[in-house]
Amino acid sequence: MVIFSTFFSVIIGLPLGILVVITEKNGIWEKPKLNWILETIINVSRSFPFIILMILVFPLSRIIVGSTIGTTASIVPLSVAASPFVARIIENSIKEVDKGVIESVISMGAKPIDIILKVLIPEAMPSIVLGITLTMINLVGFSAMAGAIGGGGLGDLAIRYGFYRFQTDIMMSSVILIIIIVQSIQFIGNKLSKAVNKN
Amino acid sequence: MISINNVYKFYENNDKKFKALDDINLEIKENEIFGVIGLSGAGKSTLIRTINRLEEPTKGHININGENILNFNKKELRGLRKNIGMIFQSFNLLNSKTVFENIAFPLRLQKLDKEYIEKRVNELLDLVNLKDKKNTYPSQLSGGQKQRVAIARALANNPNILLCDEATSSLDPKTTKKILTLLKDIQKKLDLTIVLITHEMEVIKEICNRVAIMENGKIIELDTVTEVFTNPKTETSKSFINKSNKDLNYIKLSNLEKRKVYKLKFIGEVSKEPVISEIIKKFNIYVNILSGNIDELMSNSVGTLIVEFLGDEDDINKAKNWIKDKNIRLELIKN
Ligand SMILES: Nc1ncnc2c1ncn2[C@@H]1O[C@H](COP(=O)(O)OP(=O)(O)OP(=O)(O)O)[C@@H](O)[C@H]1O
Ligand SMILES: [Mg+2]
Repeated sequence: MVIFSTFFSVIIGLPLGILVVITEKNGIWEKPKLNWILETIINVSRSFPFIILMILVFPLSRIIVGSTIGTTASIVPLSVAASPFVARIIENSIKEVDKGVIESVISMGAKPIDIILKVLIPEAMPSIVLGITLTMINLVGFSAMAGAIGGGGLGDLAIRYGFYRFQTDIMMSSVILIIIIVQSIQFIGNKLSKAVNKN
Repeated sequence: MISINNVYKFYENNDKKFKALDDINLEIKENEIFGVIGLSGAGKSTLIRTINRLEEPTKGHININGENILNFNKKELRGLRKNIGMIFQSFNLLNSKTVFENIAFPLRLQKLDKEYIEKRVNELLDLVNLKDKKNTYPSQLSGGQKQRVAIARALANNPNILLCDEATSSLDPKTTKKILTLLKDIQKKLDLTIVLITHEMEVIKEICNRVAIMENGKIIELDTVTEVFTNPKTETSKSFINKSNKDLNYIKLSNLEKRKVYKLKFIGEVSKEPVISEIIKKFNIYVNILSGNIDELMSNSVGTLIVEFLGDEDDINKAKNWIKDKNIRLELIKN
Protein backbone atom coordinates (compact mmCIF):
# COMPACT_ATOMS: atom_id res chain seq x y z
CA MET A 1 0.00 0.00 0.00
CA VAL A 2 2.70 2.50 1.04
CA ILE A 3 5.03 1.40 -1.72
CA PHE A 4 2.40 1.76 -4.42
CA SER A 5 1.20 5.13 -3.13
CA THR A 6 4.78 6.38 -3.00
CA PHE A 7 5.28 5.20 -6.53
CA PHE A 8 2.17 6.91 -7.86
CA SER A 9 2.71 10.10 -5.90
CA VAL A 10 6.23 10.36 -7.32
CA ILE A 11 4.87 9.76 -10.81
CA ILE A 12 2.54 12.72 -10.32
CA GLY A 13 4.62 14.87 -7.99
CA LEU A 14 7.98 14.72 -9.77
CA PRO A 15 6.89 16.33 -13.05
CA LEU A 16 4.75 18.77 -11.10
CA GLY A 17 7.67 19.83 -8.91
CA ILE A 18 10.00 20.20 -11.88
CA LEU A 19 7.40 22.18 -13.83
CA VAL A 20 6.96 24.56 -10.93
CA VAL A 21 10.69 25.28 -10.84
CA ILE A 22 11.26 25.72 -14.56
CA THR A 23 8.18 27.86 -15.19
CA GLU A 24 9.13 30.24 -12.42
CA LYS A 25 10.41 33.74 -13.07
CA ASN A 26 13.96 33.43 -14.50
CA GLY A 27 13.44 29.68 -14.81
CA ILE A 28 14.68 27.81 -17.85
CA TRP A 29 11.12 27.69 -19.29
CA GLU A 30 9.46 30.80 -17.97
CA LYS A 31 5.65 30.52 -18.03
CA PRO A 32 4.17 32.81 -15.37
CA LYS A 33 0.53 31.75 -15.90
CA LEU A 34 1.20 28.03 -15.84
CA ASN A 35 3.37 28.59 -12.79
CA TRP A 36 0.55 30.38 -11.01
CA ILE A 37 -1.92 27.59 -11.82
CA LEU A 38 0.47 24.89 -10.57
CA GLU A 39 1.27 26.81 -7.42
CA THR A 40 -2.44 27.20 -6.69
CA ILE A 41 -3.20 23.52 -7.25
CA ILE A 42 -0.36 22.46 -4.99
CA ASN A 43 -1.19 24.93 -2.25
CA VAL A 44 -4.91 24.19 -2.22
CA SER A 45 -4.51 20.44 -2.19
CA ARG A 46 -1.85 20.68 0.49
CA SER A 47 -4.14 22.59 2.80
CA PHE A 48 -6.82 19.86 2.88
CA PRO A 49 -6.71 17.70 5.98
CA PHE A 50 -5.95 14.18 4.85
CA ILE A 51 -9.14 12.60 6.14
CA ILE A 52 -11.31 15.05 4.24
CA LEU A 53 -9.26 14.69 1.10
CA MET A 54 -9.64 10.95 1.37
CA ILE A 55 -13.40 11.17 1.55
CA LEU A 56 -13.45 13.63 -1.34
CA VAL A 57 -11.42 11.26 -3.42
CA PHE A 58 -13.65 8.23 -2.75
CA PRO A 59 -15.51 8.65 -6.05
CA LEU A 60 -12.22 8.73 -7.88
CA SER A 61 -11.18 5.48 -6.18
CA ARG A 62 -14.39 3.87 -7.33
CA ILE A 63 -13.69 4.93 -10.91
CA ILE A 64 -10.08 3.80 -10.89
CA VAL A 65 -10.10 0.62 -8.81
CA GLY A 66 -13.83 -0.03 -8.60
CA SER A 67 -14.08 0.15 -4.82
CA THR A 68 -13.70 2.59 -1.95
CA ILE A 69 -12.77 0.09 0.72
CA GLY A 70 -9.68 -1.98 1.25
CA THR A 71 -5.97 -1.70 0.64
CA THR A 72 -6.06 -1.21 -3.11
CA ALA A 73 -8.75 1.43 -2.87
CA SER A 74 -6.79 3.49 -0.36
CA ILE A 75 -3.83 3.75 -2.74
CA VAL A 76 -5.78 6.30 -4.75
CA PRO A 77 -6.39 8.86 -1.96
CA LEU A 78 -2.94 8.24 -0.50
CA SER A 79 -1.29 8.99 -3.85
CA VAL A 80 -3.44 12.04 -4.38
CA ALA A 81 -2.69 13.33 -0.89
CA ALA A 82 1.05 12.76 -1.19
CA SER A 83 1.51 14.13 -4.71
CA PRO A 84 1.53 17.84 -3.84
CA PHE A 85 3.83 17.04 -0.94
CA VAL A 86 6.19 15.25 -3.31
CA ALA A 87 5.94 18.17 -5.74
CA ARG A 88 7.09 20.58 -3.02
CA ILE A 89 9.93 18.32 -1.99
CA ILE A 90 11.11 17.87 -5.56
CA GLU A 91 10.82 21.61 -6.08
CA ASN A 92 13.09 22.27 -3.12
CA SER A 93 15.61 19.66 -4.22
CA ILE A 94 15.75 21.03 -7.76
CA LYS A 95 16.15 24.56 -6.48
CA GLU A 96 19.27 23.49 -4.60
CA VAL A 97 21.03 22.76 -7.89
CA ASP A 98 23.71 25.38 -8.37
CA LYS A 99 22.54 28.18 -10.68
CA GLY A 100 26.06 28.43 -12.08
CA VAL A 101 26.00 24.79 -13.15
CA ILE A 102 22.71 25.31 -14.98
CA GLU A 103 24.12 28.42 -16.58
CA SER A 104 27.25 26.63 -17.77
CA VAL A 105 25.07 24.02 -19.43
CA ILE A 106 22.94 26.72 -21.07
CA SER A 107 26.16 28.25 -22.35
CA MET A 108 26.84 24.94 -24.14
CA GLY A 109 23.59 25.27 -26.02
CA ALA A 110 21.55 22.71 -24.06
CA LYS A 111 17.79 22.49 -24.58
CA PRO A 112 15.47 22.78 -21.57
CA ILE A 113 14.60 19.09 -21.78
CA ASP A 114 18.29 18.16 -21.66
CA ILE A 115 18.78 20.43 -18.71
CA ILE A 116 15.94 18.75 -16.85
CA LEU A 117 16.88 15.16 -17.59
CA LYS A 118 20.66 15.40 -17.65
CA VAL A 119 21.36 18.13 -15.14
CA LEU A 120 18.55 18.99 -12.75
CA ILE A 121 17.44 15.47 -11.87
CA PRO A 122 20.89 13.83 -11.64
CA GLU A 123 22.38 16.75 -9.70
CA ALA A 124 19.46 16.83 -7.26
CA MET A 125 19.29 13.04 -6.92
CA PRO A 126 20.72 12.67 -3.38
CA SER A 127 18.25 15.24 -2.12
CA ILE A 128 15.36 13.76 -4.13
CA VAL A 129 16.03 10.32 -2.63
CA LEU A 130 15.86 11.75 0.88
CA GLY A 131 12.65 13.57 -0.04
CA ILE A 132 11.02 10.40 -1.32
CA THR A 133 12.10 8.62 1.86
CA LEU A 134 10.35 11.29 3.86
CA THR A 135 7.27 10.93 1.67
CA MET A 136 7.21 7.21 2.29
CA ILE A 137 7.42 7.69 6.04
CA ASN A 138 4.60 10.19 5.92
CA LEU A 139 2.60 7.74 3.88
CA VAL A 140 3.05 5.11 6.58
CA GLY A 141 1.35 7.55 8.94
CA PHE A 142 -1.34 8.44 6.42
CA SER A 143 -2.00 4.81 5.63
CA ALA A 144 -2.63 4.15 9.30
CA MET A 145 -5.23 6.90 9.13
CA ALA A 146 -6.61 5.42 5.95
CA GLY A 147 -6.90 2.18 7.84
CA ALA A 148 -9.28 3.90 10.23
CA ILE A 149 -11.76 4.59 7.50
CA GLY A 150 -11.66 1.23 5.88
CA GLY A 151 -8.32 1.31 4.14
CA GLY A 152 -7.02 -1.91 5.58
CA GLY A 153 -3.41 -2.44 6.54
CA LEU A 154 -1.64 -1.97 9.84
CA GLY A 155 -3.59 1.11 10.87
CA ASP A 156 -6.77 -0.86 10.39
CA LEU A 157 -5.41 -3.61 12.60
CA ALA A 158 -4.33 -1.21 15.30
CA ILE A 159 -7.66 0.56 15.36
CA ARG A 160 -9.94 -2.42 15.01
CA TYR A 161 -8.28 -4.73 17.49
CA GLY A 162 -6.37 -2.32 19.64
CA PHE A 163 -8.76 0.59 19.98
CA TYR A 164 -12.22 -0.91 19.58
CA ARG A 165 -11.57 -4.25 21.25
CA PHE A 166 -8.94 -3.17 23.75
CA GLN A 167 -6.50 -5.83 22.62
CA THR A 168 -3.45 -3.94 23.78
CA ASP A 169 -1.01 -6.56 22.59
CA ILE A 170 -2.21 -6.31 18.99
CA MET A 171 -2.11 -2.53 19.16
CA MET A 172 1.38 -2.59 20.63
CA SER A 173 2.70 -4.99 18.08
CA SER A 174 1.18 -2.87 15.30
CA VAL A 175 2.86 0.19 16.70
CA ILE A 176 6.19 -1.57 17.06
CA LEU A 177 5.86 -2.89 13.53
CA ILE A 178 5.19 0.64 12.28
CA ILE A 179 8.25 1.93 14.11
CA ILE A 180 10.38 -0.81 12.59
CA ILE A 181 9.01 -0.08 9.13
CA VAL A 182 9.69 3.65 9.48
CA GLN A 183 13.21 3.03 10.77
CA SER A 184 14.01 0.66 7.93
CA ILE A 185 12.70 3.06 5.32
CA GLN A 186 14.82 5.85 6.75
CA PHE A 187 17.87 3.60 6.93
CA ILE A 188 17.53 2.42 3.34
CA GLY A 189 16.77 5.96 2.15
CA ASN A 190 19.89 7.35 3.80
CA LYS A 191 22.02 4.58 2.30
CA LEU A 192 20.62 5.16 -1.18
CA SER A 193 21.08 8.90 -0.94
CA LYS A 194 24.69 8.41 0.10
CA ALA A 195 25.26 6.02 -2.76
CA VAL A 196 24.12 8.54 -5.36
CA ASN A 197 25.89 11.47 -3.71
CA LYS A 198 29.23 12.12 -5.41
CA ASN A 199 30.18 15.14 -3.33
CA MET B 1 35.25 39.21 -35.14
CA ILE B 2 33.15 40.28 -32.16
CA SER B 3 31.84 43.79 -32.42
CA ILE B 4 29.79 45.34 -29.70
CA ASN B 5 28.11 48.63 -30.54
CA ASN B 6 26.23 51.00 -28.27
CA VAL B 7 25.23 48.26 -25.91
CA TYR B 8 23.25 49.17 -22.81
CA LYS B 9 21.90 46.98 -20.06
CA PHE B 10 19.44 48.20 -17.48
CA TYR B 11 18.32 46.28 -14.45
CA GLU B 12 15.08 47.28 -12.91
CA ASN B 13 14.70 46.61 -9.22
CA ASN B 14 11.70 48.00 -7.35
CA ASP B 15 11.22 50.87 -9.80
CA LYS B 16 14.89 51.72 -9.66
CA LYS B 17 16.67 51.63 -12.97
CA PHE B 18 20.27 50.55 -12.78
CA LYS B 19 22.67 50.94 -15.69
CA ALA B 20 24.93 47.90 -15.62
CA LEU B 21 26.24 48.58 -19.13
CA ASP B 22 26.41 52.12 -20.38
CA ASP B 23 27.08 52.57 -24.10
CA ILE B 24 29.68 49.88 -24.61
CA ASN B 25 31.61 49.92 -27.85
CA LEU B 26 34.16 47.24 -28.42
CA GLU B 27 35.86 45.50 -31.30
CA ILE B 28 37.51 42.20 -30.48
CA LYS B 29 39.84 40.88 -33.14
CA GLU B 30 40.29 37.34 -34.29
CA ASN B 31 42.93 35.34 -32.38
CA GLU B 32 43.54 37.93 -29.74
CA ILE B 33 43.36 37.57 -26.00
CA PHE B 34 41.25 40.48 -24.93
CA GLY B 35 41.11 41.40 -21.26
CA VAL B 36 38.48 43.35 -19.36
CA ILE B 37 39.48 44.61 -15.96
CA GLY B 38 37.50 46.53 -13.39
CA LEU B 39 36.49 46.61 -9.77
CA SER B 40 33.62 44.54 -8.41
CA GLY B 41 30.31 45.74 -9.78
CA ALA B 42 31.84 47.49 -12.78
CA GLY B 43 29.72 45.38 -15.13
CA LYS B 44 32.39 43.01 -16.43
CA SER B 45 30.35 39.85 -16.03
CA THR B 46 27.29 41.49 -17.49
CA LEU B 47 29.35 42.50 -20.51
CA ILE B 48 30.96 39.14 -21.20
CA ARG B 49 27.63 37.39 -20.73
CA THR B 50 26.02 39.42 -23.47
CA ILE B 51 28.44 37.84 -25.94
CA ASN B 52 26.67 34.46 -25.68
CA ARG B 53 23.41 36.07 -24.60
CA LEU B 54 23.33 34.61 -21.13
CA GLU B 55 22.40 38.22 -20.52
CA GLU B 56 20.20 40.08 -23.01
CA PRO B 57 21.33 43.63 -23.68
CA THR B 58 18.57 46.23 -23.28
CA LYS B 59 19.68 47.88 -26.48
CA GLY B 60 22.58 47.91 -28.90
CA HIS B 61 24.12 45.60 -31.45
CA ILE B 62 26.39 42.63 -31.10
CA ASN B 63 27.86 41.07 -34.21
CA ILE B 64 29.89 37.91 -34.27
CA ASN B 65 31.55 37.05 -37.57
CA GLY B 66 29.28 39.54 -39.26
CA GLU B 67 26.06 38.10 -37.90
CA ASN B 68 23.79 40.05 -35.63
CA ILE B 69 23.38 37.63 -32.76
CA LEU B 70 20.65 39.64 -31.09
CA ASN B 71 18.34 38.63 -33.94
CA PHE B 72 19.00 34.91 -33.47
CA ASN B 73 16.07 32.69 -32.62
CA LYS B 74 16.36 29.98 -29.98
CA LYS B 75 17.75 27.39 -32.32
CA GLU B 76 20.29 29.73 -33.88
CA LEU B 77 21.27 30.83 -30.42
CA ARG B 78 21.97 27.25 -29.36
CA GLY B 79 24.12 26.88 -32.46
CA LEU B 80 26.01 30.04 -31.57
CA ARG B 81 26.59 28.85 -28.04
CA LYS B 82 28.13 25.62 -29.26
CA ASN B 83 30.67 27.79 -31.00
CA ILE B 84 31.48 29.80 -27.90
CA GLY B 85 33.06 28.07 -24.93
CA MET B 86 32.75 29.60 -21.49
CA ILE B 87 34.49 29.04 -18.18
CA PHE B 88 33.57 30.48 -14.81
CA GLN B 89 35.06 31.45 -11.48
CA SER B 90 33.23 28.65 -9.70
CA PHE B 91 34.06 26.02 -12.37
CA ASN B 92 30.42 24.87 -12.52
CA LEU B 93 31.11 21.21 -13.11
CA LEU B 94 28.38 18.62 -12.77
CA ASN B 95 29.02 16.99 -9.41
CA SER B 96 27.08 13.87 -10.28
CA LYS B 97 29.32 13.14 -13.24
CA THR B 98 32.92 12.01 -13.60
CA VAL B 99 35.61 14.08 -15.28
CA PHE B 100 35.10 12.07 -18.45
CA GLU B 101 31.32 12.54 -18.39
CA ASN B 102 31.68 16.25 -17.71
CA ILE B 103 33.89 16.75 -20.73
CA ALA B 104 31.70 14.46 -22.82
CA PHE B 105 28.58 16.36 -21.79
CA PRO B 106 28.46 18.99 -24.56
CA LEU B 107 29.20 16.25 -27.11
CA ARG B 108 26.50 13.96 -25.77
CA LEU B 109 24.06 16.86 -25.97
CA GLN B 110 24.53 16.69 -29.71
CA LYS B 111 24.12 12.94 -29.75
CA LEU B 112 27.46 12.42 -31.46
CA ASP B 113 28.54 8.82 -31.78
CA LYS B 114 30.17 7.07 -28.88
CA GLU B 115 33.49 6.34 -30.51
CA TYR B 116 34.00 9.91 -31.57
CA ILE B 117 33.13 11.16 -28.08
CA GLU B 118 35.53 8.73 -26.46
CA LYS B 119 38.31 9.81 -28.82
CA ARG B 120 37.59 13.53 -28.47
CA VAL B 121 37.42 13.42 -24.67
CA ASN B 122 40.73 11.59 -24.53
CA GLU B 123 42.29 14.24 -26.75
CA LEU B 124 40.96 16.94 -24.47
CA LEU B 125 42.15 15.15 -21.35
CA ASP B 126 45.57 15.11 -22.96
CA LEU B 127 45.37 18.78 -23.82
CA VAL B 128 44.67 19.79 -20.22
CA ASN B 129 46.92 17.08 -18.84
CA LEU B 130 44.35 15.22 -16.76
CA LYS B 131 44.47 11.72 -18.19
CA ASP B 132 44.83 10.10 -14.79
CA LYS B 133 41.71 11.77 -13.40
CA LYS B 134 39.40 10.48 -16.11
CA ASN B 135 37.07 8.59 -13.79
CA THR B 136 37.28 10.85 -10.78
CA TYR B 137 34.36 12.94 -9.53
CA PRO B 138 34.83 16.73 -9.32
CA SER B 139 34.61 16.76 -5.53
CA GLN B 140 37.94 14.95 -5.43
CA LEU B 141 39.77 17.50 -7.57
CA SER B 142 41.71 20.62 -6.60
CA GLY B 143 40.55 24.02 -7.84
CA GLY B 144 43.15 24.10 -10.58
CA GLN B 145 42.20 20.62 -11.76
CA LYS B 146 38.51 21.54 -11.75
CA GLN B 147 39.22 24.55 -13.91
CA ARG B 148 41.20 22.38 -16.31
CA VAL B 149 38.22 20.06 -16.63
CA ALA B 150 36.03 23.11 -17.25
CA ILE B 151 38.44 24.31 -19.95
CA ALA B 152 38.42 20.90 -21.64
CA ARG B 153 34.62 20.87 -21.49
CA ALA B 154 34.42 24.38 -22.94
CA LEU B 155 36.66 23.33 -25.83
CA ALA B 156 34.90 20.06 -26.60
CA ASN B 157 32.93 21.48 -29.53
CA ASN B 158 35.96 23.15 -31.11
CA PRO B 159 34.72 26.68 -30.47
CA ASN B 160 36.34 29.76 -32.02
CA ILE B 161 35.70 31.89 -29.01
CA LEU B 162 36.40 31.24 -25.35
CA LEU B 163 34.86 33.45 -22.68
CA CYS B 164 36.51 33.42 -19.26
CA ASP B 165 34.62 35.06 -16.40
CA GLU B 166 37.12 35.41 -13.53
CA ALA B 167 38.44 31.98 -14.40
CA THR B 168 41.38 32.24 -12.03
CA SER B 169 39.90 34.36 -9.26
CA SER B 170 39.38 31.50 -6.86
CA LEU B 171 42.82 29.98 -7.44
CA ASP B 172 46.11 30.63 -5.67
CA PRO B 173 48.82 32.59 -7.54
CA LYS B 174 50.79 29.52 -8.58
CA THR B 175 47.76 27.68 -9.92
CA THR B 176 46.59 30.89 -11.57
CA LYS B 177 49.85 31.04 -13.45
CA LYS B 178 49.52 27.44 -14.59
CA ILE B 179 45.98 27.96 -15.83
CA LEU B 180 46.99 31.15 -17.65
CA THR B 181 49.88 29.35 -19.31
CA LEU B 182 47.49 26.62 -20.37
CA LEU B 183 45.09 29.20 -21.83
CA LYS B 184 47.94 30.87 -23.67
CA ASP B 185 49.10 27.55 -25.16
CA ILE B 186 45.59 26.55 -26.13
CA GLN B 187 44.96 29.91 -27.74
CA LYS B 188 47.97 29.44 -29.99
CA LYS B 189 47.31 25.80 -30.73
CA LEU B 190 43.65 26.24 -31.58
CA ASP B 191 43.62 29.80 -32.94
CA LEU B 192 41.10 30.85 -30.35
CA THR B 193 39.80 34.29 -29.64
CA ILE B 194 39.71 34.68 -25.88
CA VAL B 195 37.75 37.27 -23.93
CA LEU B 196 38.83 37.28 -20.34
CA ILE B 197 37.52 39.12 -17.34
CA THR B 198 39.45 39.75 -14.18
CA HIS B 199 40.06 42.17 -11.39
CA GLU B 200 43.76 41.35 -11.24
CA MET B 201 46.28 43.23 -13.37
CA GLU B 202 48.63 40.25 -13.03
CA VAL B 203 46.30 38.21 -15.21
CA ILE B 204 46.06 40.91 -17.87
CA LYS B 205 49.83 41.29 -17.83
CA GLU B 206 50.39 37.60 -18.21
CA ILE B 207 48.29 36.79 -21.24
CA CYS B 208 46.36 39.67 -22.78
CA ASN B 209 47.14 41.55 -25.99
CA ARG B 210 44.69 44.33 -25.35
CA VAL B 211 42.72 45.43 -22.35
CA ALA B 212 39.61 47.44 -21.59
CA ILE B 213 39.20 49.08 -18.22
CA MET B 214 35.63 49.25 -16.95
CA GLU B 215 34.04 51.45 -14.35
CA ASN B 216 30.36 52.01 -13.61
CA GLY B 217 29.26 50.15 -16.71
CA LYS B 218 31.50 52.15 -19.02
CA ILE B 219 34.75 51.38 -20.76
CA ILE B 220 37.01 54.19 -19.60
CA GLU B 221 40.21 53.08 -21.28
CA LEU B 222 41.06 50.66 -24.05
CA ASP B 223 44.45 49.96 -25.53
CA THR B 224 47.24 47.46 -25.91
CA VAL B 225 48.46 46.09 -22.61
CA THR B 226 51.91 47.60 -23.22
CA GLU B 227 50.45 51.03 -23.74
CA VAL B 228 48.23 50.86 -20.69
CA PHE B 229 51.16 49.66 -18.61
CA THR B 230 53.55 52.34 -19.73
CA ASN B 231 51.13 55.14 -20.13
CA PRO B 232 47.99 54.63 -18.09
CA LYS B 233 45.51 57.42 -18.66
CA THR B 234 42.95 57.05 -15.92
CA GLU B 235 43.25 56.93 -12.15
CA THR B 236 41.65 53.49 -12.19
CA SER B 237 44.22 51.99 -14.53
CA LYS B 238 47.03 53.64 -12.59
CA SER B 239 45.81 52.13 -9.37
CA PHE B 240 45.46 48.69 -10.97
CA ILE B 241 49.04 48.92 -12.22
CA ASN B 242 50.40 50.13 -8.93
CA LYS B 243 48.67 47.30 -7.17
CA SER B 244 50.54 44.88 -9.37
CA ASN B 245 53.84 46.78 -9.04
CA LYS B 246 54.18 46.34 -5.35
CA ASP B 247 57.88 47.19 -5.33
CA LEU B 248 57.27 50.75 -6.31
CA ASN B 249 55.14 51.33 -3.29
CA TYR B 250 57.90 50.35 -0.93
CA ILE B 251 59.99 53.44 -1.40
CA LYS B 252 58.75 56.28 0.67
CA LEU B 253 59.31 59.36 -1.39
CA SER B 254 58.89 61.60 1.62
CA ASN B 255 62.17 60.28 2.97
CA LEU B 256 63.99 61.78 0.04
CA GLU B 257 63.52 65.43 0.68
CA LYS B 258 64.98 67.94 -1.72
CA ARG B 259 66.13 65.34 -4.16
CA LYS B 260 65.02 64.88 -7.71
CA VAL B 261 63.51 61.47 -8.31
CA TYR B 262 62.74 60.17 -11.78
CA LYS B 263 60.79 57.28 -13.11
CA LEU B 264 62.24 55.58 -16.19
CA LYS B 265 60.15 53.27 -18.32
CA PHE B 266 61.83 50.93 -20.77
CA ILE B 267 59.67 49.22 -23.33
CA GLY B 268 60.67 46.16 -25.29
CA GLU B 269 64.28 45.40 -26.21
CA VAL B 270 65.75 48.42 -24.49
CA SER B 271 64.62 47.00 -21.15
CA LYS B 272 67.29 44.36 -21.52
CA GLU B 273 70.18 46.73 -22.31
CA PRO B 274 72.67 47.94 -19.69
CA VAL B 275 71.37 51.50 -19.99
CA ILE B 276 72.31 52.61 -16.49
CA SER B 277 75.94 51.53 -16.79
CA GLU B 278 76.14 53.37 -20.06
CA ILE B 279 74.81 56.56 -18.52
CA ILE B 280 77.29 56.39 -15.69
CA LYS B 281 80.21 55.86 -18.08
CA LYS B 282 79.17 58.34 -20.73
CA PHE B 283 78.12 61.29 -18.61
CA ASN B 284 80.20 60.80 -15.54
CA ILE B 285 77.30 61.11 -13.13
CA TYR B 286 76.04 58.88 -10.35
CA VAL B 287 72.79 57.06 -10.68
CA ASN B 288 71.17 56.03 -7.46
CA ILE B 289 68.63 53.27 -8.07
CA LEU B 290 65.80 53.46 -5.55
CA SER B 291 63.61 50.76 -6.97
CA GLY B 292 63.32 48.62 -10.04
CA ASN B 293 61.00 46.21 -11.67
CA ILE B 294 60.48 44.45 -14.97
CA ASP B 295 56.96 43.48 -16.03
CA GLU B 296 56.91 40.63 -18.47
CA LEU B 297 53.83 41.36 -20.50
CA MET B 298 52.39 38.90 -22.95
CA SER B 299 53.84 40.69 -25.98
CA ASN B 300 56.50 42.88 -24.46
CA SER B 301 58.52 43.56 -21.39
CA VAL B 302 58.33 46.85 -19.59
CA GLY B 303 61.06 47.88 -17.17
CA THR B 304 60.49 50.52 -14.54
CA LEU B 305 63.29 52.16 -12.59
CA ILE B 306 62.99 54.78 -9.93
CA VAL B 307 66.30 56.66 -9.81
CA GLU B 308 67.94 59.86 -8.78
CA PHE B 309 70.84 61.47 -10.62
CA LEU B 310 73.76 62.95 -8.69
CA GLY B 311 76.46 65.08 -10.26
CA ASP B 312 76.99 68.12 -12.42
CA GLU B 313 73.72 69.76 -13.55
CA ASP B 314 74.88 69.97 -17.20
CA ASP B 315 75.92 66.35 -17.30
CA ILE B 316 72.60 65.33 -15.83
CA ASN B 317 70.73 67.27 -18.49
CA LYS B 318 72.79 65.68 -21.24
CA ALA B 319 72.07 62.29 -19.76
CA LYS B 320 68.37 63.07 -19.68
CA ASN B 321 68.39 64.00 -23.35
CA TRP B 322 70.26 60.85 -24.24
CA ILE B 323 67.70 58.82 -22.35
CA LYS B 324 64.84 60.43 -24.25
CA ASP B 325 66.60 59.67 -27.54
CA LYS B 326 66.77 56.05 -26.56
CA ASN B 327 62.98 55.96 -26.43
CA ILE B 328 62.92 55.56 -22.72
CA ARG B 329 60.12 57.38 -21.01
CA LEU B 330 61.41 59.76 -18.37
CA GLU B 331 59.17 61.29 -15.79
CA LEU B 332 60.03 63.50 -12.86
CA ILE B 333 58.06 62.12 -9.97
CA LYS B 334 59.55 64.19 -7.18
CA ASN B 335 61.17 67.54 -7.19
N1 LIG C 1 20.05 40.45 -12.08
C1 LIG C 1 20.46 41.64 -11.63
N2 LIG C 1 19.56 42.53 -11.14
C2 LIG C 1 19.95 43.74 -10.71
N3 LIG C 1 21.20 44.19 -10.72
C3 LIG C 1 22.15 43.36 -11.19
C4 LIG C 1 21.82 42.05 -11.68
N4 LIG C 1 22.96 41.47 -12.10
C5 LIG C 1 23.96 42.36 -11.88
N5 LIG C 1 23.47 43.50 -11.35
C6 LIG C 1 24.24 44.70 -11.00
O1 LIG C 1 24.99 45.09 -12.12
C7 LIG C 1 26.28 45.55 -11.72
C8 LIG C 1 27.33 44.87 -12.52
O2 LIG C 1 27.37 43.52 -12.17
P1 LIG C 1 28.47 42.53 -12.74
O3 LIG C 1 28.19 41.19 -12.18
O4 LIG C 1 28.54 42.68 -14.21
O5 LIG C 1 29.78 43.13 -12.09
P2 LIG C 1 31.26 42.59 -12.19
O6 LIG C 1 32.06 43.69 -12.76
O7 LIG C 1 31.29 41.29 -12.88
O8 LIG C 1 31.64 42.43 -10.69
P3 LIG C 1 32.42 41.24 -9.94
O9 LIG C 1 33.87 41.54 -10.08
O10 LIG C 1 31.97 41.38 -8.53
O11 LIG C 1 32.00 39.96 -10.56
C9 LIG C 1 26.38 45.32 -10.23
O12 LIG C 1 26.26 46.54 -9.57
C10 LIG C 1 25.24 44.40 -9.91
O13 LIG C 1 24.72 44.70 -8.65
MG1 LIG D 1 31.67 39.25 -12.28
